[in-house]
Amino acid sequence: MRTEGIARFEALKEEAQARVAARKREILVCCGTGCRARGALELADRFADEVTKRGLEASVGLYTKRVGCHGCCEQGPLVIVSPDDVLYAKVRKAHVSKILDAVVAGEVVEKLLYKDPDSGERIAHVADIPFYKYQTKYVLRNVGKIDPTDIHDALAHGAYQGVVKALFEMTPEEVIEEVRISGLRGRGGAGFATARKWAACRKAEGSPKYVLCNGDEGDPGAFEDASLMEGDPHAVLEGMIIGAYAVGSSEGYIYVRDEYPVAVKHLQRAIDQARELGLLGEDILGSGVSFDIRISRGGGAFVCGESSALMRSIEGKVGEPRAKYVHATDRGLWDRPTVLNNVETWATIGKLIVEGGATFASMGTEKSKGTKAFTLVGKVKNTGLIELPMGTTLRHIVFDIGGGMPKGRSFKAVQTGGPSGGCVPADLLDAPVDYEVLTEAGSMMGSGGMIVMDDRTCMVNVARYFLNFLIEESCGKCVPCREGLKQMQLMYDDILEGRADPDILDRIEALSAGMKVGSLCDLGRSAPNPVLSTLRHFRAEYEAHIQEHRCPAGVCRELTAFEILDNCDGCHLCVPACPTSAISGKPKTLHTLDQDLCISCGACFDVCPTGAIRHFPKRELKERNAHAETDH
Amino acid sequence: MAEQSPCTDMAPVDDILSSYPREEASLIQVLQDVQRVYNYLPCEALTRVSEVLGVPLAKVFSVSTFYKAFSIEPQGKVTVKVCMGTACHIRGAPQLVDELSRTLGIAPGETTPDLEFTLKTVNCVGACAMAPVMIVGETYHGNAMPAKVSSYLGKKGVTDEN
Repeated sequence: MRTEGIARFEALKEEAQARVAARKREILVCCGTGCRARGALELADRFADEVTKRGLEASVGLYTKRVGCHGCCEQGPLVIVSPDDVLYAKVRKAHVSKILDAVVAGEVVEKLLYKDPDSGERIAHVADIPFYKYQTKYVLRNVGKIDPTDIHDALAHGAYQGVVKALFEMTPEEVIEEVRISGLRGRGGAGFATARKWAACRKAEGSPKYVLCNGDEGDPGAFEDASLMEGDPHAVLEGMIIGAYAVGSSEGYIYVRDEYPVAVKHLQRAIDQARELGLLGEDILGSGVSFDIRISRGGGAFVCGESSALMRSIEGKVGEPRAKYVHATDRGLWDRPTVLNNVETWATIGKLIVEGGATFASMGTEKSKGTKAFTLVGKVKNTGLIELPMGTTLRHIVFDIGGGMPKGRSFKAVQTGGPSGGCVPADLLDAPVDYEVLTEAGSMMGSGGMIVMDDRTCMVNVARYFLNFLIEESCGKCVPCREGLKQMQLMYDDILEGRADPDILDRIEALSAGMKVGSLCDLGRSAPNPVLSTLRHFRAEYEAHIQEHRCPAGVCRELTAFEILDNCDGCHLCVPACPTSAISGKPKTLHTLDQDLCISCGACFDVCPTGAIRHFPKRELKERNAHAETDH
Repeated sequence: MAEQSPCTDMAPVDDILSSYPREEASLIQVLQDVQRVYNYLPCEALTRVSEVLGVPLAKVFSVSTFYKAFSIEPQGKVTVKVCMGTACHIRGAPQLVDELSRTLGIAPGETTPDLEFTLKTVNCVGACAMAPVMIVGETYHGNAMPAKVSSYLGKKGVTDEN
């Protein structure tokens, strides 16, 4: 059975390799979310048409491929030409012809190459671009390389080898042991040891057992799970098959967020293709092991990322969490033993089994092993998807990879962990990023979203943003979360509108403490985190709002006014940017701002290249007006 | 498209129901498909789903109002979504929402009386590099500016009053 199964897989792999053997060179068009929004699908069509029209497949072995996220979303749509891995940025349909001419001639199109934002230098190869060169791709190994809708391409790039090794060369206990050696912890946020979860489920009595994948990536600013499901769905399936074998399950579900239709499409296609080749379903590769996967589309509720709520939702019910005195590994989906892991965790497993846990454990810090995928977004030059060993410093991430702040602004904080996390301030920039360090800083790892904030971000406003988010998303089952958040929001409104009592921060802290203790699920218990972490690291900003009625970042509209200074050179950029036409002036003359029309949105401030617009507390404007009246 | 007549054509609902097992676990998947056909969940459809799946109507209603993917009110022809992800927030999404509300004369979650536009705020769409992002129908507008909201909406966006 063993040799037969392995032989069957080798035959599949050889066939797959034969299919892609003709591909000497490939045009890899990024069709990740960011590039898609910028028209990458049409671009890919244009490349395909043009390649066919010129007969380049037959003549020079040049093929086009739609692939998952290349990572450097800021520069999209991105195109990589393999095998030399030349990266073209901001590619438009009009550039297709030129790029193909160059590829055929063995040249590069200089003016379409990635341009370093600091030096202005053009860089041709992916490996030389700062954004890429510091990264270690482990879980994202095939994202951006394979055609996610073609299982043969995935097989040719090493997919499903972990399944073969686990099913034919290892016992379930050995699989769990390998995962234990790797030190892998759940990538969904809390960081629970994966092997311990699996071992508990394996031991649990009751059948059937279920294996679930949490693809309900709800943290705003995080899209690494989406990129994985869209760009390498086979890695997710591979991990789940191995996990199912380890815990003794024959049925699995992938719960995908409603907002990710492409992920659903690619996963379903991957499932169908894997079934067809005998890699999924009854008697996988003749091993006697059976396991099948169904997709469950979420209904668009953040709380369903919480494990017990997710299981209720798969059951077709309202996604309300339940108290966790019973572990899901004992009684989860339909009250049966269940293992739930996040997308990134599952996608790690295949490679981990093939290479062994020790290789994974050789990366990272003492307690946080391996690599982690992050999305780097917000006020940073190189927005995108990255993967790094655990323990990398925030400074390295934000400045070396992210390229620092745009428009010469100064760094204020990085927000991690979504609405359950917090803001890490500048004095912790040299801290290594791992589960423990982030928790100590009052934040958490979460699923890996990193939102960079600069001096134009008001931290009180950010905390209120998360409160608004959580009020919308609270399921409403328990009082501390449902009512606590509402009261908290009212207090924040008072602060942001300049009518808060001096003792308001004490009351906010007291309420936060109550919510942490009294809420039913982790969502409610962690809901005060954005509040507490901003209070801890940015208390002075709160005090400026409360005591001086001043928003230091110039964001809070009720407290902020704008005016144009004498050094305005009349560049006129602010005029079309103003939504209320409050600014007037002829080009190259001093412009004026009509305070009666101004809504304090700050659009003019953000576009002004000469710093000729300033923000100041609105109360000063009122004082000025009062003066003017008494003068009369 | 939004069907408003009380005698909504139920054939698509029956088609959808026939492709899923008749159990509670199918409820959310069925409602998603129904929502896709009608662009909202007509009352008659909910009743039919309740009968066929054997799930009490109260439960069907509870699920329909719990999840954001569902609407029990008819929706506009064009849905305008503003991403409220953190990256979009700090790059000016609230100003976009304010401007859209002013232009369309409706609050987020509402539909214009002529059933042309529904304005929605959505959680992160993952296009953070282009923040702030708004999506009109299927078209993305990245680095969107409040002053250009009307042009993103197309000519229909500007009503007479504005």
